[in-house]
Amino acid sequence: MDIREQIRERLGPQIIDWKEKSSRRIYFSVKTQDVFKAVEFLFKELGLRFSIASGVDTPEGFEILYHFSCDKTGEIFSLRTLIADRQHPQIDSIAPLFSGAEWVEREMWEMLGINFKGHPNLKRLLLADDWPEGKYPLRQDHEP
Amino acid sequence: MSHRVVVPIGPYHPLQEEPEFFQLYVEGEKVVDIDIIIGYNHRGIEKLAESKHFDQIPYLVERICGICSSSHPYAYVLAVEDLLGGEANIVPERALYIRTVIDELQRIHSHLLWLGLAGHFIGYNTVWMWAWKYREPVLDMFEMITGNRNNYAMFKVGGVRRDIQDGDVPLLRKALDELKPALDMFRGAVMDDPVIQMRLKKVGVLTRAQAVDWCVVGPTARASGLNIDVRRDEPYGVFDRIDWNVIVEKDGDIFAKTVIRILEMYESINIIRQCLEKMPKGQIDADVKDIPPGEGIGRVEAPRGECIHYIKSDGTNRPVRHKIRAPSFMNVASNKVACVGGTISDATITLAAVDPCYCCTERVAVLRKPDNQKILNGWDLIKLSQEKTEQIRKGMYHAGT
Repeated sequence: MDIREQIRERLGPQIIDWKEKSSRRIYFSVKTQDVFKAVEFLFKELGLRFSIASGVDTPEGFEILYHFSCDKTGEIFSLRTLIADRQHPQIDSIAPLFSGAEWVEREMWEMLGINFKGHPNLKRLLLADDWPEGKYPLRQDHEP
Repeated sequence: MSHRVVVPIGPYHPLQEEPEFFQLYVEGEKVVDIDIIIGYNHRGIEKLAESKHFDQIPYLVERICGICSSSHPYAYVLAVEDLLGGEANIVPERALYIRTVIDELQRIHSHLLWLGLAGHFIGYNTVWMWAWKYREPVLDMFEMITGNRNNYAMFKVGGVRRDIQDGDVPLLRKALDELKPALDMFRGAVMDDPVIQMRLKKVGVLTRAQAVDWCVVGPTARASGLNIDVRRDEPYGVFDRIDWNVIVEKDGDIFAKTVIRILEMYESINIIRQCLEKMPKGQIDADVKDIPPGEGIGRVEAPRGECIHYIKSDGTNRPVRHKIRAPSFMNVASNKVACVGGTISDATITLAAVDPCYCCTERVAVLRKPDNQKILNGWDLIKLSQEKTEQIRKGMYHAGT
């Protein structure tokens, strides 16, 4: 059974939207509360490699895409989720699952102001020490 | 031992490309923990990209790094082309070959640069001088093709900006032929040298399980037995039409990382030779005009590993989001495990082994007690490393006689 079928079978009820943009680019969405379990399945059971996560500020809210690479087939599975609450955006941290996610969550926390619940070490990564609190440079309404 | 000492390494180092700050916690000689503090070189390029035209962004992302300066524009144009329908469907044949040549030339120059620095860190300055000497002809090749030694400005969405002139091809072939004996020399001098083997083997080990946990990429991953390489796994350029091998080692130590980089340079020469031979005549640019709404992901195997870009467009002439992930972002973090458990004199080479933008032994303070502070300069840490090499050499001499 190929990876796409395994994902659809296992995460089927949670998947809101499934899009195969091209032969090697698969995007699918789940609700925010399902992300942790989905990531655990993709990383631990399917053995996909976590490439990176992209946080995007959209008119509907904050979107996070977790890009997982299948190095046998060259496919990239992008798990998408939307955090609609703009005032207090938060989501479960995936860093407890594997260490490679620690830095990128710190980056999204300081750049977009998304709170990652359960992150072992949520502090600034890239921004300067004297950067003001509560200013998030990658938000669309950020005024430099 | 209960006495814990903090050794700060960084944040500036004149040798490597980027400032980073490592705080080593040591008990006696042994490193027990490490704090990695980055961000000194944060320039807000992702934010800047949102204010640039799609055609301007290659120039911007090219300046992320001066060593792998074609990896970022290449990953970016692949992301935009992924949005448009795929590199292979858009870009003319000849441009694919030129892109591959640039990508591989860059790998040779980057690996030679690292090899030189690694030699320097362990006190083997001959390797340093010779590696950098033979890196020069590679930069000359770049100058011949692109007009620049670094920041080549070759990549654009839909093709490349400059052609490889037919008259240059024999000169490029000759330069590659001359490079091979130099690589043979390094292969012998580094891989067969018992002192280097003793200095680098079983040092800074990243096990396979740790490599998976930290999601490392490139030579760092391949040295730990992970058989991954974007060039083979998701071929771009003409890598699927060329005969070449992925080099994988098992030990996860610095020696394995060194071997991988040396052997990869042979593969790169091989790839460039085949490209020059097979390159067809024709257009080099597809002249792409508009970028429709949508999203795309592009990735290349940079000298340090997978470099991945995500682009989201809303149909205007600028992206609404441009996410960039350089390979060092994953690799540097893994020092948290590779460095711990080793000795302080191994730390410099271990921290440099992932070929990061690593910094600095220039301003080292060994804190013993608040009232008894001893300040060492950067040379002292290198000296510790050289002393260890010397001890190994002496030990071998005595063992042999």
